[in-house]
Amino acid sequence: MLGAYFDFIRIRFLTMLAYRVNYYSGILIYTLNIGVNYFTWKAIYGNGESLGGFTGAQMTTYVAVSWMARAFYFNNLDREISTDIRDGSIAIQFIRPYNYVLVKMMQGLGEGLFRFMMLMIPGMVIAVLLFPVQLPAEPSAWAGFLVMLFFSFLISSQINIITGLSAFFVENNEGMMRMKRVVVDLFSGLIVPITLFPDWLSSVLKVLPFQAITYLPGSVFTGRVQGVGIWNVLGIQVFWFLLLLIPIVWINHAARKRLFVQGG
Amino acid sequence: MYYLGLLIEYLKNYMKTRLTYRADFWVEVISDLLFQATNFIFILVIFMHTDSLGGWNQNEVVFVYGFFMVPFGVFSCFVNMWGFSERYIVKGEMDRVLTRPAHNLFQIFLENVDPPSLVGSFIGLIVMAISGSNLGLPFEWWTLPMLILLTLSAVAIYTGIYTTLTSLSFYSDAPTGILPLMYNIQTYGRYPVTIYNRAIQVLLTWIIPFAFVGIYPAALFLHRDEMRTMALLTPLVGVVFLSIGLMAWSFGVKQYKGAGS
Repeated sequence: MLGAYFDFIRIRFLTMLAYRVNYYSGILIYTLNIGVNYFTWKAIYGNGESLGGFTGAQMTTYVAVSWMARAFYFNNLDREISTDIRDGSIAIQFIRPYNYVLVKMMQGLGEGLFRFMMLMIPGMVIAVLLFPVQLPAEPSAWAGFLVMLFFSFLISSQINIITGLSAFFVENNEGMMRMKRVVVDLFSGLIVPITLFPDWLSSVLKVLPFQAITYLPGSVFTGRVQGVGIWNVLGIQVFWFLLLLIPIVWINHAARKRLFVQGG
Repeated sequence: MYYLGLLIEYLKNYMKTRLTYRADFWVEVISDLLFQATNFIFILVIFMHTDSLGGWNQNEVVFVYGFFMVPFGVFSCFVNMWGFSERYIVKGEMDRVLTRPAHNLFQIFLENVDPPSLVGSFIGLIVMAISGSNLGLPFEWWTLPMLILLTLSAVAIYTGIYTTLTSLSFYSDAPTGILPLMYNIQTYGRYPVTIYNRAIQVLLTWIIPFAFVGIYPAALFLHRDEMRTMALLTPLVGVVFLSIGLMAWSFGVKQYKGAGS
């Protein structure tokens, strides 16, 4: 049974590989995003030494790592799920002998592995060559980062799945999906590190799951969080991963009762 | 005239479908505004930590952002090509469009009109008015005609760029990640381009000219004389890029062999 789920990873990976040419432009555009952010922050720093606890060098690294992490964890599971719901093919998927949500997660992982190898790694190499990014030297930092990156993927995909499944309740969830994209990019700390927000907003964001996607792993990788703090970060990620399972299981259950197929 | 009639019919149709999904209409307006709000928050956060961005103060940067919202709203309303590849190429709807008498690109624009986006344009005008009066900007005789001309030029630039990128999907039927990422990059055109490194300046000015949809035209109203020449070039850049887009499109349509079932 488990083997079948692994096949979903493999098949998605191979499908993505068939269309890999599209990803070469992705490398370019991610690099460009890092570049523009880098110069914007450089202008903001001016002659200043540090902003919100970030030195200029740490900010450069943070920007590069955050965008590269996004290159890995980003996927369109929300859109895939809502398309399945709207064209009615979800009815067939529901009666097949597998768990629909788990299959989506596996497909997301297949895509993630592809993006990791074809987009994130080459993009990272280019970013390191072009910008003054400071990578940590100890292998433990890298190992820790990979684990945290994996949890970023899990949490981001869980949010995508919840957004996608919402199509059961609001027939057209286009707006929800757009809103999610914006909220995740801003509140995860991709565009602005969370410490730079006004105090009231950053204290709100500290109790939301989004910071676990970008800000926390990025803080560890840039060396702002060290020692015991790293375990705290990992703990927060695991906590959100487990907590987000509850709405997914609940919506999935409620959806089976609510399912009505529009057309198709 | 024929095309105007079509536009009205499509708008009527749009209203009908929209009234079916009434709640969603508001979700979309709110999500559009939220998208703008994130960029706005970014500007406000920046100016909590610094007084000037490359020699531009907060009111000026906010004004540029207000201008940026106006053409972007108009563009998103009438030229919405999001998901073109999935809808028209993969599902084969392009075949249907091509068999009809009206121009194929125009039909695709019509089928995707998105009036809620115009709310963003109105908010942009309000933002310009507020920050403009904070700066004590004079309202000249040319302000309004220039605003219209530069807005249309910026819409032409957007249309040119996105039509070119979308016509790539005639060659490859895989969903590309280019469009959403472009949406990220276009917002950089609203910052003073002088803060960027030379290569990025050239890129944002001449290759994907997003500087012409924000900072350059807005500089004209801000009486930033160092950018006046660039501001006045905006219509020309609009014409050039719109032509490139239309050429890429018609070339792509000729290549199109139909991938749907």
